[in-house]
Amino acid sequence: MIQRPTILSRRMSLAFVTPAAVLIILFLIYPFFSIISMSFTNQSLTGAAARNPQFVGLENYTNLFDFENWMSRGEFGSSLWITVQFVFGSALIGQAGLGLFIAILFYRRRDFFRHLVYTLAIVAWITPDVVIAFAWFAFLDPFTGTLNNVLGLFGISPLDWLLDYPLVSIILFNTWRGTAFSMLLFTSALSSIAPSYLETAQVIGASRWQQFKDILLPLLQTTIATDLILITLWTFNTFTPFLLTGGGPSFRSELVSIYTYRIGLQRFEFGAGSAVAVVVMMINLILASIYLVIARSRRPR
Amino acid sequence: MKRFAPGRWLVNGLSVILALFFVTPLMWFIFAPFDPTPNLSVQLPETFSLDNFQTVISNATAMRALLQNSVFISGSVMVLTAALAALAAYGLSRGNIPGRDILTTVLLLFSSVVTGTASMVPIFVLIYNLGLFNTYQGAILTLVGGALPTSIFIMRDFIDGIPKSYEEAAMVSGAGSLRIFRDIALPTLRPGVLVVAILAFVGAWGSFLIPLILIRNADMRPASVAFYQFYGDEGNPNIRAVAAYALLYTLPVLLLYLLVNARYGFRFFGGIKQ
Repeated sequence: MIQRPTILSRRMSLAFVTPAAVLIILFLIYPFFSIISMSFTNQSLTGAAARNPQFVGLENYTNLFDFENWMSRGEFGSSLWITVQFVFGSALIGQAGLGLFIAILFYRRRDFFRHLVYTLAIVAWITPDVVIAFAWFAFLDPFTGTLNNVLGLFGISPLDWLLDYPLVSIILFNTWRGTAFSMLLFTSALSSIAPSYLETAQVIGASRWQQFKDILLPLLQTTIATDLILITLWTFNTFTPFLLTGGGPSFRSELVSIYTYRIGLQRFEFGAGSAVAVVVMMINLILASIYLVIARSRRPR
Repeated sequence: MKRFAPGRWLVNGLSVILALFFVTPLMWFIFAPFDPTPNLSVQLPETFSLDNFQTVISNATAMRALLQNSVFISGSVMVLTAALAALAAYGLSRGNIPGRDILTTVLLLFSSVVTGTASMVPIFVLIYNLGLFNTYQGAILTLVGGALPTSIFIMRDFIDGIPKSYEEAAMVSGAGSLRIFRDIALPTLRPGVLVVAILAFVGAWGSFLIPLILIRNADMRPASVAFYQFYGDEGNPNIRAVAAYALLYTLPVLLLYLLVNARYGFRFFGGIKQ
């Protein structure tokens, strides 16, 4: 096969790519290998282990997976379990469920309400983390917070959300925060479905539930899979709930990201923190690979 | 036609509930900044006042964080990311790099595997060893490095969609690569560059974890960290300052979002999240 000459010679194209490649190697590729190698050492910021880190083999990993007490509060297993519940509740049920619900509710509508709901959901999504976290801090305040005031209208007595229900709080928080992405993704997928499918179904008298289950759902299948994988990946890695609860009280909302931060950057146990990061990366790798397979399979042949 | 639709009233009722769900946690920021005696509840101010803004504006640390540190850090991240992403994407799209498609896939994989959560420890150690701890440069380069993969994907998508004929004509008439890029390609890439630049700016403006761990000097911290310290560190939040500061800090992001949205639609925002 004869190749057409490219606009840039090989040397020129390398010159164009190099500056970005240097930074990507430094901040993406290097950390990847650095995490793996550090996880087998006892490196830390201060003390003897800082100047002269020792190779400790699998010690960091055996500490992490010490099944005797790994489910006690503040240990890795407990943090992992909290994260699983958080991902399940806030991403898979909360964001994806609510996002799909909104997209279908406003399917082929362009009225004021659609505009209002979409705008508010997007504002919740793009406002900076620290501001949103404070908004929720005020919203959940046990004495004067809006949530308790609203529940009070229905005769529900005030709750101390962040103290007594920290996990529920961050699940609600993250659902509210991130629904816009799924909503927009599903909306754009729905808008590409030919209206004739549903019209035909209506003509032959299919119920709304049948139309949803037998027409929309199968057509949305790959979009739903894509959405679930992406938001699982992001939610699994999010650090934002730290701003609301700091992982507490007594580690009850300590997600894996917050656990990593505490071990690695508050206690400065780099070795132990890296071992957690390796586990996180392995889980990410599985999720990302599934995503790539789905993305590839839906590409037009 | 239509009629995959429950009754109109039901839909409107649900719409109101959804709108309330999304707006209620934000309502505090609508009233409290203008309330001279705010607390944590949503209340209509008895008197409308701009005193809270005065309090914040006279707070030197808060203003330096916002107008100096955040602007400088986010501005630098924006310029560097847009420039490097445009160059790299152009090189990948128009150049002769073996295995460039595999390279792009591997990059995509890496950028979703090596997330902030996983890489905060090695990045801290790297920046510390490079002597860039507690400098603007350390935070800026880290943020650029993090923003580049997504930015390159967006740019490459954009460039691949532009016909090559003008560039090829210029090449035939003997123009050099840099000249083709600058005089012929760049003007047509401007919308893509703008989108990438704005996304990089918004991402850096909101970033919290990177500046938190890489900049310890209180005078150099950006508004995100300064804001957090207003309510997080001191135990007793200075509510008046928090309310007004939140609004000042959020406004640029909302305005830029409106700009991107008006010109290009939502789709580009998917990339920066997380």
